Amino acid sequence: MQRGINKLGLTEIRIAGFGGQGVILAAVVIGKAAAIFEGGYATMTQSFGPEARGGSSAAQVILSGEPILYPYVTQPDILVVMSQEAYSVFSPQLKPGGILIVEQELVRIEHPPQGVRFYGVPATRLAEELGKKVVLNIVMVGFFAAVTHMLDPDSLRQAVADSVPPAMQKLNLQAFDKGFEYGAELVHRMSEGGDAEQVLTLESEA
Amino acid sequence: MHADPKGVLTGVHFLDGDHACCEGTLAAGARFAAGYPITPSTEVVERFAWRIPTVGGIFIQMEDELAASIALQGAVWGGAKAFTVTSGPGFSLMMEHIGYAAITETPCVFVNVQRGGPSTGLPTLPAQADMMQAKWGSHGDYSIIALCPNSPQECFDLTVTGFNLAEEFRVPVMMMLDECVGHMTEKVVIPESDQIDITPRRFTHESPETFRLFKPREDLVPDMVKAGDGYKFHVTGLTHDERGYPSMNVETQDKLVRRMHDKLKPFSNGRALFEAVDLEDAEVVVVSYGITSRVAQRATQLARAKGIKAGIFRIISAWPFPEQHIKELAGRVKAFVVPELNLGQMVHEVERHTAGRAKVISVPHAGGSVHKPEVILNAILEAAR
Repeated sequence: MQRGINKLGLTEIRIAGFGGQGVILAAVVIGKAAAIFEGGYATMTQSFGPEARGGSSAAQVILSGEPILYPYVTQPDILVVMSQEAYSVFSPQLKPGGILIVEQELVRIEHPPQGVRFYGVPATRLAEELGKKVVLNIVMVGFFAAVTHMLDPDSLRQAVADSVPPAMQKLNLQAFDKGFEYGAELVHRMSEGGDAEQVLTLESEA
Repeated sequence: MHADPKGVLTGVHFLDGDHACCEGTLAAGARFAAGYPITPSTEVVERFAWRIPTVGGIFIQMEDELAASIALQGAVWGGAKAFTVTSGPGFSLMMEHIGYAAITETPCVFVNVQRGGPSTGLPTLPAQADMMQAKWGSHGDYSIIALCPNSPQECFDLTVTGFNLAEEFRVPVMMMLDECVGHMTEKVVIPESDQIDITPRRFTHESPETFRLFKPREDLVPDMVKAGDGYKFHVTGLTHDERGYPSMNVETQDKLVRRMHDKLKPFSNGRALFEAVDLEDAEVVVVSYGITSRVAQRATQLARAKGIKAGIFRIISAWPFPEQHIKELAGRVKAFVVPELNLGQMVHEVERHTAGRAKVISVPHAGGSVHKPEVILNAILEAAR
């Protein structure tokens, strides 16, 4: 996929998990990177329901080089899931040929869906290594950046810095880089022959 | 006059429509809000309550919508620019005081982030079913202005416009958002304060001895006074004469009610806010507003791709209804298609001003989501047949 929002056709992204994981912030960062730091268009919507912390949470962001008219995601090109429930609810809606990104220690997948590109990352563990589990959402965004190769990582870094309180910037940028490096390494290994499923298995055993 | 820089958050932001609307109120100079928070409008006052201590002003969380909608009018007569924010059930409760704002010619803004109704309905989901209520909800004959943004950027821009129009015409202005626009997050550019035009309140230059509270100027709009400036004045919901005193007779009623109606004529005549796309050769024109206008634009693109000459007339100022434009278009197009998130409200206005000269096709939706572009496309195809 060619990088750069202005070359991008309409791309629908859904990010889902449970409340408190920072699902909305992850979507804000991606939307901001596209709309503000790359000069494209982004429309973000959230599922407003009676969810409380710990309940389900989902955000949708549409990216495009052209103004976005229809506001809702219908069939996401990219699905990022951080909970088993989110995976069960949303994975059937993923577009054929789309990209599935999972928090691999929170989502157990017996039979990976066919006909999609599939990437797993132990984001919670990577966030814990940085000392703060709360930044798992930004680890996911970093990983998203590396495996989708859709937005400029520097735009995303700017968007991360712009979206968190000053005292939390350093930690969040580290989280982004950690996720990004993990994703870049995964993509590199996959390009050397292993397919996504095998790589995921290797990671799980490591 | 330009905006007070204290209230202007200049920059490029990623905001939802509710937050952008709040920034619009601050840029417009609003320094008082009273509210009884209700989904999906809560974010407007939540942000106002967070921002106002550093800008300088007052937010009061009131006991209910009746109190909120009258407290803001007290603030206006005290010299502030003021507003309240609500949705469905709260808007219904505010109706009496919207009438009070109309008859007392109190310049103020009511933000209604529309959700599905009737009653408690769909608190978290969109509708556009309060459009007639905005115009006719309070009793008696009166006129208001209603604006319908279709993006967070317009939630900012039109809120500033709304406050300016409220001052110019001394009417309550309804900001008719919908849940989808209110909760959608997009890029919002807030200009430098010296790029934002503000209509200041027109205070009287008469002396306290000679001024008359409701004596209109040539534009039929009376000058304002401010409590505490030495003017003795009486503001009442009763039919009143130029002095502001109750005068319940046929002549005073006729003069007052007609003037309140006529003062908005300049706005109806030529100053209606709208967006026109591809109307030059259009045979079918989709008339829409708010979030529905974006879906309608997608549908007309699909229709154009099929060789149908479709165009867009997007209503931005819904009240007064842009009747001149509809009348003019009715004489040269084959049909109007009117999608809206209600079972047919503004379509009646389109029909009324079309007066049989073109087909009018309603595309109703009971609310809870937006139309699928294909549904509007099918109506365009039917209209073109």
